[in-house]
Amino acid sequence: MAQTLKHLNATLASPSYQNDVLNNGLFTGGKLPRFKEMLKKSGFQQLKPTDLEIFQINLGYMCNQTCKHCHVDAGPERKEIMEREVMDLCVSKIREFGVPTVDLTGGAPEMNPNFRYFISELRKAGVKEIIVRSNLTIFLASASYQDLPEFFRENRLRVVSSLPYFSASKTDRQRGNGVFDKSIKALRMLNEVGYGDDLILDLVYNPGGAFLPGDQKELERTFKRVLKDNHDITFNQLFALTNLPINRFLDYLIASGNYEDYMEKLVESFNPAAVDGLMCRNTISVDYTGKVYDCDFNQMLQLGVVTSSGMNLADISLQALKQRAIVTGQHCYGCTAGAGSSCQGSTVSQ
Amino acid sequence: MENTYYDPADLKKFGDIAEFEPELAKKFFSYYNSVFEEGALTAREKALIALAVSHTIQCPYCIDAYSVGCLEKGLDEAQMMEAVHVAAAIRGGASLVHGVQMMNKVKKLSM
Repeated sequence: MAQTLKHLNATLASPSYQNDVLNNGLFTGGKLPRFKEMLKKSGFQQLKPTDLEIFQINLGYMCNQTCKHCHVDAGPERKEIMEREVMDLCVSKIREFGVPTVDLTGGAPEMNPNFRYFISELRKAGVKEIIVRSNLTIFLASASYQDLPEFFRENRLRVVSSLPYFSASKTDRQRGNGVFDKSIKALRMLNEVGYGDDLILDLVYNPGGAFLPGDQKELERTFKRVLKDNHDITFNQLFALTNLPINRFLDYLIASGNYEDYMEKLVESFNPAAVDGLMCRNTISVDYTGKVYDCDFNQMLQLGVVTSSGMNLADISLQALKQRAIVTGQHCYGCTAGAGSSCQGSTVSQ
Repeated sequence: MENTYYDPADLKKFGDIAEFEPELAKKFFSYYNSVFEEGALTAREKALIALAVSHTIQCPYCIDAYSVGCLEKGLDEAQMMEAVHVAAAIRGGASLVHGVQMMNKVKKLSM
């Protein structure tokens, strides 16, 4: 199994080093415009938030997989896990802010020992929609996780799962040996309890290398046909996501000699129509310690929200969040390329 | 002239052909873009056809562009290589079928 950059003590494991890579080189000397300049050139001054609709919570960086493209640098040896006190703080702030959707991510969020406690507290708080970003293979990682599909069903969670391709070779190359077969088993388990129909099961496609995703609808049609014909699996929607140059995907880009071409491609593909739908405008991201970011990518680069009351969730008011200017960097080109990219897939219809 | 006839960086300069003849370039690119839009064939099918044709005409720019295009459209390596074999089969077949012409001539000339 691959190892995390952190475990390898790689220079690139440091968010400040990653920010240096992204802010210098290609983006100095006028070779490529910085994201802020591109926004200005396209008529956008400062990126400002809209109404807060999604409260995304990263429950920790521990994961049973070590995918090659992971922007979190998650893996089995990561010990950063959200404690119950921070979960309670999140619940109280979700109530205070009246946020309709909570989006749980990781690592594998289910590996947090208080995952089920947190779901029950969120339910009690009356959250309209709870999304869990499940890597699927976790159901088969140990006996204690095998009832997760049933638990998801009982709590009517919306499940969003990564499946980068509908064949084993491409999926396993990105996510590890045997991941495809386990994912198929896990998808069957979800279908058996009613997911992919009334209970929502969405899949996430992301390119298996240094290229952009194609048309989401066309990819969805192909995924639906192949998964149905070959594996009798159904799902609701496919989200096509662009890989952002952070952590292990950045490491891959540099090591494979694709970094410069990929960044140029992202910049060339900047689509002004994708700016309005950027997820950082209606979402906040909270890390395992209770610090707040404009998105999960900014979280990984340790670029905290800039508000009048700091970046700790405990101190932040909804008003302060609404008045903030969103923090951007060169990685943001990943969300504005082509049809746009967000945790809910493309942001512009092609 | 450069040291090599083909420079990968030139692919990005394709649009620059308008510098010497803007009107025809505009018409060509407009036509080109229309051809690759989704129609009776999907954009995915068209990308695969383009990849095969790129190999038939052995255009390195086209092979570069449509390898990326096919990956972006969710095609995998096996599908792409099968398309290249289709191109190769047609190319090879085109040579071989002329063997009939050779045979005709040989038979006509021979006792």
